[in-house]
Amino acid sequence: MNTLFDKIWDVHIVQQVSDGPTQLYIDRLYCHEVTSPQAFQGMRERGLKCFRPDHIFCMPDHNTPTHDQDKPIEDPVSRTQVETLAKNAAEFGLTHFGMMDPKNGIIHVVGPERGLSLPGMTIVCGDSHTSTHGAMGAVAFGIGTSEVEMVMASQCILQTRPKTMRITIDGKLGKGVTAKDIALYMMSKMTTSGATGYFVEYAGEAIRGLTMEGRLTLCNLSIEMGARGGMIAPDEVTFEYIKGREYAPKGEAWDKAVAYWKTLKSDDDAVFDKEIRYRAEDIEPMITYGTNPGMGMGITQHIPTTEGMSAVEKASFEKSLKYMGFKPGESLLGKKVDYVFLGACTNGRIEDFRAFASIAKGRKKADNITAWLVPGSWMVDAQIRQEGLDKILEEAGFEIRQPGCSACLAMNDDKIPAGKYAVSTSNRNFEGRQGPGSRTLLASPLTAAAAAVTGVITDPRTLL
Amino acid sequence: MKQKFHIITSTCVPLPLENVDTDQIIPARFLKATTREEKFFGDNLFRDWRYNPDGSLNARFVLNDPTYGGQILVAGKNFGSGSSREHAAWAIAGYGFRVVVSSFFADIHKNNELNNFVLPVVVSEGFLKELFDSIYADPKTEVEVNLPEQTITNKATGKSERFEINAYKKHCLMNGLDDIDFLVQNKDKIEAYEAKQK
Repeated sequence: MNTLFDKIWDVHIVQQVSDGPTQLYIDRLYCHEVTSPQAFQGMRERGLKCFRPDHIFCMPDHNTPTHDQDKPIEDPVSRTQVETLAKNAAEFGLTHFGMMDPKNGIIHVVGPERGLSLPGMTIVCGDSHTSTHGAMGAVAFGIGTSEVEMVMASQCILQTRPKTMRITIDGKLGKGVTAKDIALYMMSKMTTSGATGYFVEYAGEAIRGLTMEGRLTLCNLSIEMGARGGMIAPDEVTFEYIKGREYAPKGEAWDKAVAYWKTLKSDDDAVFDKEIRYRAEDIEPMITYGTNPGMGMGITQHIPTTEGMSAVEKASFEKSLKYMGFKPGESLLGKKVDYVFLGACTNGRIEDFRAFASIAKGRKKADNITAWLVPGSWMVDAQIRQEGLDKILEEAGFEIRQPGCSACLAMNDDKIPAGKYAVSTSNRNFEGRQGPGSRTLLASPLTAAAAAVTGVITDPRTLL
Repeated sequence: MKQKFHIITSTCVPLPLENVDTDQIIPARFLKATTREEKFFGDNLFRDWRYNPDGSLNARFVLNDPTYGGQILVAGKNFGSGSSREHAAWAIAGYGFRVVVSSFFADIHKNNELNNFVLPVVVSEGFLKELFDSIYADPKTEVEVNLPEQTITNKATGKSERFEINAYKKHCLMNGLDDIDFLVQNKDKIEAYEAKQK
């Protein structure tokens, strides 16, 4: 009567600290350049070596420019941070995929695509979107830098066992409705703290029907509901995706692994601390209007009014709409957009580029739009070119940039200017997230493409 | 960074907003540091709320209002949502806060505060609302946070609430110990676990 989460968590318990946290063994630690330097520094100060260096993989992604990656990074502070990761990886004997390495990319895109993130694993990284890897059927969650140091020092982490939640999406998704829309829909219902304290398992017909990449997008956004992580039981879709990937088990080890992975599902009589059900047919293409990802709505709907809100809720809501330049009760359809960003660990995979290209094909980028199309990794970039998507996109007036986190959090020079509107496939619309004063509307790659070719917020279903 | 935590009695800084995310606590452009200088992060706490786009002080923001001060930050629910950046906890500690009071914290940020000897205190919605009222009625209102007893007291009203913290973490905070000290001491258990898995 165990849940999928229980099955994985339980086999990783090293010990239960009395009236305290669980000491959990970690199979994979990913490190990027932003949240690791102080952990390495702490290790040095304590005179420690990495306990299991072969379990740790490092790559820069947040600061990397999306052009001229073969040249030194122009911003000296970014350059120092990226170089510091390379030096630390060498000093501590860790695998490092540096800039321009064909294996480089956004850590949450690279992990699954290289077969590093596998079912049944515990996976952590100093990055909240580590929840992405849960799509493989793993327990994956974001941690702070002190916790990164813990894992470096001991391959373990001290964590309080989260509660479990199952979210079931029944039925089939409508045309033009994607995994991104499911996530934005759930957040709009549950708020950004609706799953705080919980580890979520996604289930139901609509989830089973998602491709591996759709599942990665969905689990990626679990943190935006406050969840500790999100996961999906591995099935044939998962195995088919992993098979043959570089770090995936091969030969006899593969057969053995798959036999074990097939046991990784919640038992029929498993009891969750909370169960939620939604209907796929209720979900339409989504867009956000506010400054947290829970402030979203169906693209044909209207921004809510403040009726019935408490004083603190109302103050937060009004501050948010003022920042965005929107009014309660208005529709966003037809609103002029300035920027479109396709990419990030949320939507920077090949399928996202295929979706964007399906709308761009035979159309032209609108003149008022600056578009940044940023693949999640060099592997995605290679696939874009192999499939000829680059040609379709170039003919429509779009250019493919070099991989990295880019405008999702604007740590490189891809910043949305103050006051400008960006339809973005990334994960957060917080104030200033894409650059000081930037205004972000989160949406799927289809909705982003629809805005890119029309210049305004457009229901993508009208262009399919 | 490691400091022992016992009882703190202080005035408070009120921030009655919900869903304060870590991007607001410390914007991404300040995450490029490769060291952990508390002053740098503290100076940039709530940077884009504290300063106007032209770099001048935003006099309306509470941190710039001399009426309010102290070692306790009081914020609306779902404090610290979003990015896992521990820099947010470094900024809060670097500014001089030892306690954050809210009715609800995001998980990762809560751990980050604890790992930096800043105590997140979860109170009821009612207690929080009354505390904001007390602070606005009299900015000199003091709050006592007693870790050994696990209580928080609004000294203006005399009302007290008990808060939760597990015994292990309480011991760490009261004695200035961190999790890495604990973990490296039981490597034999980790090796035994690994041997069993093979």
